[in-house]
Amino acid sequence: MGGLRQEGARGVLIAVVSTIVVAAAIAFVVTRSPNWPQVKEAFFNGEEFRSSFPDIAVKFVRNVEFFMVAEVFILTFALLLAVMRSLPGPVFFPIRALSIVYTDSFRGIPTILVVYLLGFGVPSLSLTGVPRSATFWAVVALILSYSAYVAEVYRAGIESVHPSQAAAARSLGLSRWKTLRFVVIPQAVRRVVPPLLNDFVGLQKDTALVGLVVSVPEAFKEAQIIQSADFNFTPLLAAALLFLLVTIPMTRLVDWLVARQRRRRQVATAL
Amino acid sequence: MRKLLAGIAIVGLLAACAEENPVVSTASPSPGATAADCAKGVTTYVSPGTLTVGTDNPAYPPYFQGGAAKESEWKLNDPATGKGFESAVAYAVSGSMGFSPDNVQWVVAPFNQTYAPGAKSWDFAIEQISYSTKRASAVDFSESYFDVNQALVAVKGTPITSATSLADLQGYTLAAPTGTTSYEYIVGVIKPTKEPGAFSTLSDTVAAINAHQVDGIVVDLPTALYIADPFVQEVKNSVVVGQFPTVGTPEHFGMTFVKGNPLVGCVNQALAELKSDGTLQAITTKWLSEKTNVGSVPVFSTS
Repeated sequence: MGGLRQEGARGVLIAVVSTIVVAAAIAFVVTRSPNWPQVKEAFFNGEEFRSSFPDIAVKFVRNVEFFMVAEVFILTFALLLAVMRSLPGPVFFPIRALSIVYTDSFRGIPTILVVYLLGFGVPSLSLTGVPRSATFWAVVALILSYSAYVAEVYRAGIESVHPSQAAAARSLGLSRWKTLRFVVIPQAVRRVVPPLLNDFVGLQKDTALVGLVVSVPEAFKEAQIIQSADFNFTPLLAAALLFLLVTIPMTRLVDWLVARQRRRRQVATAL
Repeated sequence: MRKLLAGIAIVGLLAACAEENPVVSTASPSPGATAADCAKGVTTYVSPGTLTVGTDNPAYPPYFQGGAAKESEWKLNDPATGKGFESAVAYAVSGSMGFSPDNVQWVVAPFNQTYAPGAKSWDFAIEQISYSTKRASAVDFSESYFDVNQALVAVKGTPITSATSLADLQGYTLAAPTGTTSYEYIVGVIKPTKEPGAFSTLSDTVAAINAHQVDGIVVDLPTALYIADPFVQEVKNSVVVGQFPTVGTPEHFGMTFVKGNPLVGCVNQALAELKSDGTLQAITTKWLSEKTNVGSVPVFSTS
């Protein structure tokens, strides 16, 4: 966005013209395809869209619940993992190793598999005192998977804090714990807010995976139900639109935060 | 009901071992064979000289039986055995249309692709697809080859098994696989106060009732009779509590065709012949009635 402004009016004009040309070319090719009338009927059916959108929107509330609840746990658990990994000294090796094994495994397994394994596996155990709901375990799966990613983001932040900061804090008499709590983590977290939000956007989309194992439909599953009832794919588009309504503002917010951070850093170096 | 359990496979195999000859040979008894004349004139076959039939993989009993060879691309059952209800119907129809069993080719047609726009690798698909006017705007349906009712399967001794009317089912958690008319029946007709479960496949639905996550599951009657069969017991310790009354137009299965395929007319003619000479009834009795050990199933009252 900032780039456009710098290029000036001529740049904007070129961008607009080239966008129109590309869009027109795509539209031309797509609508000239031999099956376009059928595709239009099956994927872009206005009536189907209008009739299915309200139902799917109601179920989308569940997706919002899923990612709000999951995000709180992810931010906490991932920070714990990152701190575990940054503990110095040979004594803490087992804790570091545990954190490394955890992040390696859960980053390495496709999220959809974790959702399936937990969503079907744990309720089948029929353990007393353990929730039987597949929804519960599917959300837990998202938390486990995303915590591994987010822990790495935190770790990058922690490692970006210059060692002299910690050394200064220690020399002022702060304990190891207080140094971490009041000096390192606040600086680290501030620096990684944009990538954290980036993972949050990813999480919002992946709540659709919960629908694969749960019995009570969320937006994606509701769309599938209507799709197979009516033999029409338009409900999937309605679901896609709902996800966009949430993820696009979030993405713009991330962009804005990154730009603001860059400006501030530039100001800081100028001083 | 279109997606069935993996576990059923073994039992389906065992049950089918008793069978010898495919029903195929009895097809096309009428020498007039107008369906055959009709089929000859059609030029839209995906592979000329062959009738290519699509069904989903795995192919589940009781609609497909007879097992599958290890190296076969088919899981559970190879539809080309002629065993199982839909396989038998397909061979009877193709026989009426003048195709010898050797000239019938089976290909995999995943359910969701049967109604996606575009060219298909099969002439028609036969996989327990229920007719509805909305669906008929996306594909062409043949006439009915089976009029289907929905039924309720539950675990013996649980409170839901004493239900005799739709009203009795209000307070229970019911479930069905998504994409099925069974689920639509729960939501549209039974309208229980508890939100029903919608599972991706029948095996997930069965797993849910086996794990006591739901009180009862709604599936089509032949499937219900199969999974609750005393010798199958896909749902542990289960009974078919009852079958549901038809509301509105009766539900039926039809073969599906790409919109505008002229072959629909020939298949309908073949089905009409098979209905008038009793072949279709015989196939239905053989594969869907004689095979079950459940006994008569009461019908839920609507009041």
